[in-house]
Amino acid sequence: MKPLLGAAVLAFGAVALTACGSDDNSGLPGAVRFSPKDIRCASGGGTLLSSGSSAQANAMEVWVNSYQANCDGSRVTYKATGSGAGVQEFLQGTTAFAGTDAPLTDAETAASRSVCADGGRAVHLPMLAGPIAVGYNLPGVDGLVLDAPTLARIFDSAVDRWDDPAIARLNPDADLPDLPITPFHRSDGSGTTANFTAYLAAAAPDAWPHEPDKTWRGRGGQSADGSSGLIGQVQQNEGAIAYVELSHAHRNGVATARLDTGAGRPVAPRVETASRAVDRARVTGEDGDLVLTLDHTARSPGVYPIVLITYEIVCDRGNRPSTLPLTRAFLGYTASDQGQRDLAGIDYAPLPDRLAEQVRERVAGLS
Amino acid sequence: MSARDRSRRAPGHRSAERRGDRVFRGLSRGSGVTLLVVMAAIAAFLAVRSVIAVRHDEGNFLTTFEWDANADPPVFGIAVLLFGTVVSSVVAMVLAVPVAIGIALFLTHYAPRRLAAPLSYLVDLLAAVPSIVYGLWGALYLVPRLTGPYLWLDQWFGWTGVLAYDGTPARSLMTAGLLLAVMILPIVTSVTREVFRQAPAGPQEAALALGATRWEVIRMTVLPFARSGMISASMLGLGRALGETMAVATVLSPGFFIEASLLESGGATFAQNIASQFKEAGSMGRDALIASGLVLFLLTLLVNGAARLLIARRAEYSGAAA
Repeated sequence: MKPLLGAAVLAFGAVALTACGSDDNSGLPGAVRFSPKDIRCASGGGTLLSSGSSAQANAMEVWVNSYQANCDGSRVTYKATGSGAGVQEFLQGTTAFAGTDAPLTDAETAASRSVCADGGRAVHLPMLAGPIAVGYNLPGVDGLVLDAPTLARIFDSAVDRWDDPAIARLNPDADLPDLPITPFHRSDGSGTTANFTAYLAAAAPDAWPHEPDKTWRGRGGQSADGSSGLIGQVQQNEGAIAYVELSHAHRNGVATARLDTGAGRPVAPRVETASRAVDRARVTGEDGDLVLTLDHTARSPGVYPIVLITYEIVCDRGNRPSTLPLTRAFLGYTASDQGQRDLAGIDYAPLPDRLAEQVRERVAGLS
Repeated sequence: MSARDRSRRAPGHRSAERRGDRVFRGLSRGSGVTLLVVMAAIAAFLAVRSVIAVRHDEGNFLTTFEWDANADPPVFGIAVLLFGTVVSSVVAMVLAVPVAIGIALFLTHYAPRRLAAPLSYLVDLLAAVPSIVYGLWGALYLVPRLTGPYLWLDQWFGWTGVLAYDGTPARSLMTAGLLLAVMILPIVTSVTREVFRQAPAGPQEAALALGATRWEVIRMTVLPFARSGMISASMLGLGRALGETMAVATVLSPGFFIEASLLESGGATFAQNIASQFKEAGSMGRDALIASGLVLFLLTLLVNGAARLLIARRAEYSGAAA
C-alpha cells in the first residue's frame, strides 16, 4: 500500500507541477515570433515580479513569453491577481510594477511615496486598451444595434423585453422575439464594470442615474464572477446580455452588439474602432503621469467609445536598483512598435503612435 | 483502569512505560496547548483586522445592504451575507437531513446486506467529490433544469411570496441550498448510519419479541438512542454548508439585496463573498472581508455551541448516556 501511495503522490505532484509550469516558452502564444533585434534585453538578466489586472493577462502572456524567449537569464512573472490585489502588492513593495485598469486613488498615490525612494511616486503608463463588447444571446438576430440610453435602460432593468419599442426602433429589420431580457453584470469588483458604467453615465446620464463604480450599482439583473462567468451565462441563457472584453466574446463565439453613437452608422466593437477612441483620449495626469480620460460622448464615425485602458504602475523615481534595468527593458519592449503590433491578433487595441511614443519616453526616463 | 495501575501490575516494564507515559503526556499536552495558541492567534488576528475595518466603516456593519469596502469612504455591512448564509444552510438542512436519515435507516435496517455495503460506499463516495465539481455540475446541469420545477412552485405557492419566481435563470439561494443539500448528504448519512448501527440489539430484539413491527422497533428503540448522534451529524453537515464557497459562488447570482422569495436571484453568503471580492480588494477591502469572516467564525461557534447544549440536554433520554 505504501509504495503505491508514494507513487500516486509523486505522479499527482508531477502532473500538478506540469500544469503550473510557465517556464516552457515553446508552444505558448507569441513566444518566438520576434527576432531578437526587436527586443532590447536588460544586461545581466534577473527576475521581475509583477501582478495585477486580469484584463491584460493574455497580452502579458505573449509579452512575457516573447521577452523571455529572446533574453536569456531574464525571468518575468505576471500574476493576474486582479487590479486591486496588484496595486496592493506594489504598494507593499513586493512587485516591481502593477497592472491596473482603473487609475490609482489619491490615497494610493500618497501611499506609493513610501515604496518609491528618492521622493518618487507611482505613475501610470497606459500600455494597452481593449474594447468592452456587449455580448448577447438572441438566436436569429445578428448585428443587433443599441444606443447608450437603450443600453443603460436594459442594464438598469427599465427595458426588460427584447421586443421593446426602444430596441425595435434601432433594429427595424430584425425579427425581435417576445422574450424577457436577462442582463448580467459582474458580481466582483471590476475595472470592466467601472469603465462600462463610466460610459453609461457619460453617454446616457438621464437613463443611467448611478455613479460609475467598480461595484455594480444598477438595478435588477443577474450577476456572475469574472468575464468568463458572464460569457458562460450569456451562452447558457437565451435572452441574456452582458458586457465583457472583446477577446472573451470572440473566443467563445458570442454575438456582440453594434453601438449607435449618433455618428450615422453603428460601430462594431473592433480593435481598430477602439484604438480610434484611445487616440482621442486626453492625458489628464500631471507631471508625466499618463492617466487618460476618454471622451465617451464621441460621435465621430468609426469610433467605439466603450474602452478599457490598462495601465502599468511604476515608480517614476526610486525604483529598486536591482529591478530597474529589467523593468525598463521589459516595459520598453511592451510599449515598442513590435510589442504593440502583436496585440491586435488577440483582440487588444494597440496604443496610438503618439501615445506609445510618450510611454516609451517615460519608460526610458524611469530611475 | 489508569495507566499507573497497569504499570504497577507489570513491574518488568515499569521504567520504560513510565518514560513512555511521560513522553506521551508531554506530547498530548503540547499538542493541546499548540492548538489553543493557534486558535487564539487566529482569533486575535481576525479581531484586530476586523476592528480596523469596522472603525472605518461609514455604513452600519450589521444592517447595511451594501459591500463597497474599497470605496473612499468604505461602506459595507453583513446583513445580506448573514441572511444568505443562514437561509441557504437552513434550506440545505431541511432538504438533506430527512433524506440522510432515511438512507441511513434503509442501509442499516431494511436493505439486504448485499446491497447495503455497496450503497454505503456510494454515499461515502459523494463526499470525495470536490466542491468545485458540484459547483460546475450545479451551474451547467442543475440550474437550467430547475426553471420548470420553480415555475410549478410559483404557480401553486407563489402567493406565499416566499416561492414566487419570474422565470429568470434559477441562480438563487434555493438553488444554492439544494446543491448544499447534496453536498452535506454523505457526511450526515455516514455518521447517522454508524449511530444506527450501534443501537443496542437487546431492546430491539425485545421489542420484536413483543410483536412490534419493524417501524415500531425503530421508532421506540433506535431513534431515541440515536437522537444525539443525529444532531451531531446534522451539525457536521451544517458546518460544511455554512462555510461552502466555490459551489455556492458558481450557482448563485450574487447581489447585495434580500429577496422575499427564495427562488429569485440575489443574495450572497460569507464564504462566497470573500472568494469573489478578494481579488479586487484593497487593504481596507481585505480587512472588511476578514471582519465578515470573523462573523462567520462566530456563527459557526454559536451553532456548534447550541448543538452541544441540545445534545447535553437530550443525553439523559438517549442510550448514549447509558
